[in-house]
Amino acid sequence: MSERSGTRTIKVDALARVEGEGALYLRVKDGAIRDLKFRIFEPPRFFEALLAGRGYAEAPDITARICGICPVAYILSSSHAMEQALGIRVTGPLRDLRRLLYCGEWIESHVLHAAMLHAPDFLGLDDALQIAERDPQLVRTALRLKKLGNEILEVVGGRAVHPVNTRVGGFYRAPGRARVRALASELEWALEASTTLLRAFAGFDFPDYTHDYTCVSLRHPDEYAITEGRLVSNRGMDIAIDTFLDHFGEEHVAHSNALHGYLGAGEPYLVGPIARYNNNFDQLTPLAQGAAREAGLGPVVNNPYQSLLVRLVETLYACEEALRLVRAYEEPDASCVEAAPRAGVGHGCTEAPRGICYHRYALDETGHILEARIIPPTSQNQKQIEDDLRGVVAQNLALPDEQLKLRCEQTIRNYDPCISCATHFLELTVDRE
Amino acid sequence: MRKPKLAVWKFSSCDGCQLSLLDCEDELLAVAGAVDIAYFLEATRARLRGPYDLSLVEGSITTPEEAERIRKVRSQSRFLVTIGACATSGGIQALRNFADVDAFARAVYAHPEYLDTLATATAIQDHVPVDFELRGCPVNKHQLLEVVNATLNGRRPNIPDHSQCVECKRHGTVCVLVAHGTPCLGPVTQAGCGNLCPACSRGCYGCFGPKEAPNTAALSAKLGAEGLGGRAIGHLYSTFNANAPAFREESQKHE
Repeated sequence: MSERSGTRTIKVDALARVEGEGALYLRVKDGAIRDLKFRIFEPPRFFEALLAGRGYAEAPDITARICGICPVAYILSSSHAMEQALGIRVTGPLRDLRRLLYCGEWIESHVLHAAMLHAPDFLGLDDALQIAERDPQLVRTALRLKKLGNEILEVVGGRAVHPVNTRVGGFYRAPGRARVRALASELEWALEASTTLLRAFAGFDFPDYTHDYTCVSLRHPDEYAITEGRLVSNRGMDIAIDTFLDHFGEEHVAHSNALHGYLGAGEPYLVGPIARYNNNFDQLTPLAQGAAREAGLGPVVNNPYQSLLVRLVETLYACEEALRLVRAYEEPDASCVEAAPRAGVGHGCTEAPRGICYHRYALDETGHILEARIIPPTSQNQKQIEDDLRGVVAQNLALPDEQLKLRCEQTIRNYDPCISCATHFLELTVDRE
Repeated sequence: MRKPKLAVWKFSSCDGCQLSLLDCEDELLAVAGAVDIAYFLEATRARLRGPYDLSLVEGSITTPEEAERIRKVRSQSRFLVTIGACATSGGIQALRNFADVDAFARAVYAHPEYLDTLATATAIQDHVPVDFELRGCPVNKHQLLEVVNATLNGRRPNIPDHSQCVECKRHGTVCVLVAHGTPCLGPVTQAGCGNLCPACSRGCYGCFGPKEAPNTAALSAKLGAEGLGGRAIGHLYSTFNANAPAFREESQKHE
């Protein structure tokens, strides 16, 4: 922190309570923002390059290692892309099982973020352990709920972080009926628990900031989209995922570490819980819609801080959906759809907890990868995060530095940025003029 | 009595191993009560100054800044324990060690000149002395608790170093390699995950890295006899522990 004649410089050198590493640099002169940079400084890991030459079947397990918090997003986006390239489709009970697995990831990731990483911002605390000192029951409920998400991942996927039971075409082994059905009683408790958390957090003081976002998400005709659908926006876009690269771009900018996603002529857009909720509110269950209304949310949310509540609405929905799938589960006849290697191109796009995660692969005739392209949600949100920060800072210049810094951190955490996920990273030097 | 100070540090990684600590839902509040969490950015804004009684280190060293930072962490830590395949062998990103990193950079980035990266991804022990290495991609959370507990109580962690095969026998899992001809790294991989892949009728893919003195040549011969091509055998060894010496040397025989 430095105070010089009319110039304030605020730096958050290592942002806490995000997955990965990010930083923010802000320079204000004479009451105006002169410079604002949200930086991500994860070193590059070159996933797209190291996939070249590997077999198609290896992509799900390798790309899972992009992110330990949302491996299922990578596993399923890449599996779908490979299935399209190989000309097979996973339908019926196996598709249901994948949706159940994904619900597990939404529950663990959303609860981790909402209760343990984001909520402390609204209480003026450092972390969830300090919340536990005030309200141990609330934190125990959150931990039990998060554990349930992990349990679904273990029962269906074989492991909570980097599941081992998934493969291109489905699963290595279909989980036993008794084990899956045994999840039901805890899921019944979870409906109550997620509602309790939502009620507790609905009373937070949400900073007064709204923005008319361009919301981009999947949409599916029959369900609240998680694993598949068309790409839609609240501005009327409605495209097949295969045309993703015709509509969206990524730019490599010197001042930031992840490639920045943009739409059309370079405008920022929003992916993740608020985007999904705004586009697909009509497809949430009556229970989830009612809980949202009770928490004070309308069918469209324009206050980014309320993403905290939207995450819990989605958690409630994921618990309900998981319960439905668990109760209906019968062991499928085959655990996977077999495929023969062939040349082809495939696209996959699923809703990671943080937003759409897009993969494209080109395969040669032996099924080895010629080219890989991965566009994770956090790269896509980067431009929007910076945009929000500009708006929030401009509105709050009167705040003392420490409070402004906290507000900026809270704003970044609205996005649950999974910084390991933004696969394109660079460590860089900032020019300070 | 002063509570021991625990710090968790991240280098190049996916965050999955430090997440494993937060995934100890049943024990988390007890652990938090027994130690002072002095530095754990994924979980808290609070930062206490060193020195630290125990530093858990996740991730590999891939940039000049990281190479410098790990030395600072070491100098501030009484015990330093590395957690996960990235920290113990370099992780999946160590595949760059066998390729032209400049070509990798050009393939992924429009402006490779913005990058400040090393040509290799290497284990923490290649840079500083390490008190204990906990294997896994990701680590097993029960083993992680055992290591924290043992280290803070001044005893050697009880972490077995036998092969994955021992786990299969203990669990009564039918051998996927012998019975079905499924390629499996179990005979040369250290146990620790709890027999996960063979229990799903899948071959072990080596998350926990090489066991002590693995007979990789014998396994490769068996895989070849089962009809696996050389390129596929090489790929089997070169994933999440590609830069662990035993796996690296074996995979290079099958280029």
